[in-house]
Amino acid sequence: MAVLELDDVSVTYRSAAGPVPAVRGVSLTVDTGSSLGLAGESGSGKTTVTSTVLRLLPKSATVTGQVLLDGEDVLTMRWGRLRAVRWATASVVFQGAMHALNPVQRVGHQIAEPIRLHEKSVSEPTARARVGDLLEQVGLPSRVAQSYPHQLSGGQKQRVMIAMALACGPRLIVADEPTTALDVMVQQQVLEVLAERVRDLGLAMVFISHDLSVLASACDDLAVMYAGQVVEQGPSDQVFENAHHPYSRALGDAFPRIGDMRFRYSPSGLPGDPPFPGEAPSGCPFHPRCPQAREVCSTTEVQLRPSGERRWSSCLFAPEVGT
Amino acid sequence: MTESVLEARNLEVTFRGRGNQTARAVDGVDLSLGRGEIVALVGESGCGKTTLSRALLGLERPSGGEILVDGQPLEYSAGALKKHRRSAQLVLQDPTGALNPRRSVYEAVAEGLRVHRFDGDERAAVADALSRAGLRPPERFFLRYPHELSGGQRQRVVIAGALVLQPQVIIADEPVSSLDASVRGEILALLLSLRESLGLSLLVVTHDLGVAWNIADRIAVMYLGRIVEQGPTEEVLSAPKHPYTRALLSVVPEIDHVDPIVLTGEPPDPTAIPSGCRFHPRCPALRDGEAQAVAEDCRSKDLPVLSDADGHEAACWLTGTPAGH
Repeated sequence: MAVLELDDVSVTYRSAAGPVPAVRGVSLTVDTGSSLGLAGESGSGKTTVTSTVLRLLPKSATVTGQVLLDGEDVLTMRWGRLRAVRWATASVVFQGAMHALNPVQRVGHQIAEPIRLHEKSVSEPTARARVGDLLEQVGLPSRVAQSYPHQLSGGQKQRVMIAMALACGPRLIVADEPTTALDVMVQQQVLEVLAERVRDLGLAMVFISHDLSVLASACDDLAVMYAGQVVEQGPSDQVFENAHHPYSRALGDAFPRIGDMRFRYSPSGLPGDPPFPGEAPSGCPFHPRCPQAREVCSTTEVQLRPSGERRWSSCLFAPEVGT
Repeated sequence: MTESVLEARNLEVTFRGRGNQTARAVDGVDLSLGRGEIVALVGESGCGKTTLSRALLGLERPSGGEILVDGQPLEYSAGALKKHRRSAQLVLQDPTGALNPRRSVYEAVAEGLRVHRFDGDERAAVADALSRAGLRPPERFFLRYPHELSGGQRQRVVIAGALVLQPQVIIADEPVSSLDASVRGEILALLLSLRESLGLSLLVVTHDLGVAWNIADRIAVMYLGRIVEQGPTEEVLSAPKHPYTRALLSVVPEIDHVDPIVLTGEPPDPTAIPSGCRFHPRCPALRDGEAQAVAEDCRSKDLPVLSDADGHEAACWLTGTPAGH
């Protein structure tokens, strides 16, 4: 069952220099017990897309399309309902969220805060017991509740943030680069905690990262964004191993397979930089950096179309599949 | 091995902490960087890799052992240090933080020349450094400010600032970890090409084994102040000897995954280095009984400093060839 459905979502920011279309026509679905990886570089619109889920965008943003959370349209919700849905139905772990912990409060108190706000009838001992449970769910001893943030390592703080996101039993968790600042060993611990929660609690998860190898190992499906659009979508392992879009291939190759001589003394990158939002080139937005671009790429508008079983690509030269 | 341009011999760097605690950040390291060689220094946060690279640059004074520059011990007089810091340059992780937002690209690159009282043609030197760093034509970038540049271009400006003094050695601390995925390969390719065209030696400090696989000739794995394994990149990464290196490799995210070995136990603390092998409290081989035969040594017998000879060696009672001094 779909927990989150985005249908043709576009987001435009107003700015002094005119409207900036940051997200252009994105459609995504995430089911219970499954995880979707959203890949892309800075400015590709991945954080903007997920911010529409809880209406966290600034006033200067105009959102069109439909965002359904458990079948309910988020964009037309009243404020009271929206407040109830935040944390309780869907919660977000932001990039660098560990720095958002209050340094002068014990972390147990901070984890309990959403519980107290959302379930007014909960008694203090019950809340405390639930905090202990939550900490154990993310692999920390319950005594950590008594600690202050500075007493914890980066990975422990990030796990506290995940415990907080789980506090009100949400159906969907959005994790925005939750492991980017962490060491590989700690990253692996955090990824395992998240994967377990998805499996054991039947959560749905959207996981954002620019590292395709992390997403491929942590998520069931992948959507790759470039210049505000999804350019490829499909099962993670297939997108990672056999991309149907040159951009996904380049992203995948940026993090080499260790042991594969193809990458030895041969780091793989793309010339140029991603376009600024709102300055996407004509035709396929990727064509100026694409190693396989031909003349038609700069003139033909592209859109996501089927390129295999459960696979979609916007590349003009992706495999053709009858619909 | 080719002659070394920069070398640490039995190096120790300690810091005094609160109370009477002493943090042994670098606790006996032999590491040499040959001419035109690229070495990756790999390890987790807090293992001492940044302190080691600062000591190699003469920014941190060792409490034991020595630094050799072109085979000669580094002296800590102001003049000798200034000379050393001209020939060994540092490139940091975050180019946005490393550049002054109110200074143009030209000023950022020329700063090193001015500090070192360069008496040649400043404009030509800046232009040359920018174009070597891949910003061409260089004149177009002179008057740009950091906010007008992309992340990859900023890192190129930082690299140009290092190149302008024509150093022999560049120490790059996580040079690509804050960059976008598609730009990362371009910057690594630039570092490789600088070795080709200028014969530069590079020490790349990173926690990313993929970076090492991409560009490094040799790899040194650091744990709690010591090099625990070193050797040619292909050998260390395809046949790791030390259980710590094996664990690090097992958590590199990939699809066809070996079971990740997640290390448990307290994170390493340089103020309380365990006896015997310093990795033993977290060692999976010791925990699983694989190291049963040498368990007593692991817990109580100190390992010698791993020598920096040719070949592939590990400081481990079970799998290693502890033939240090």
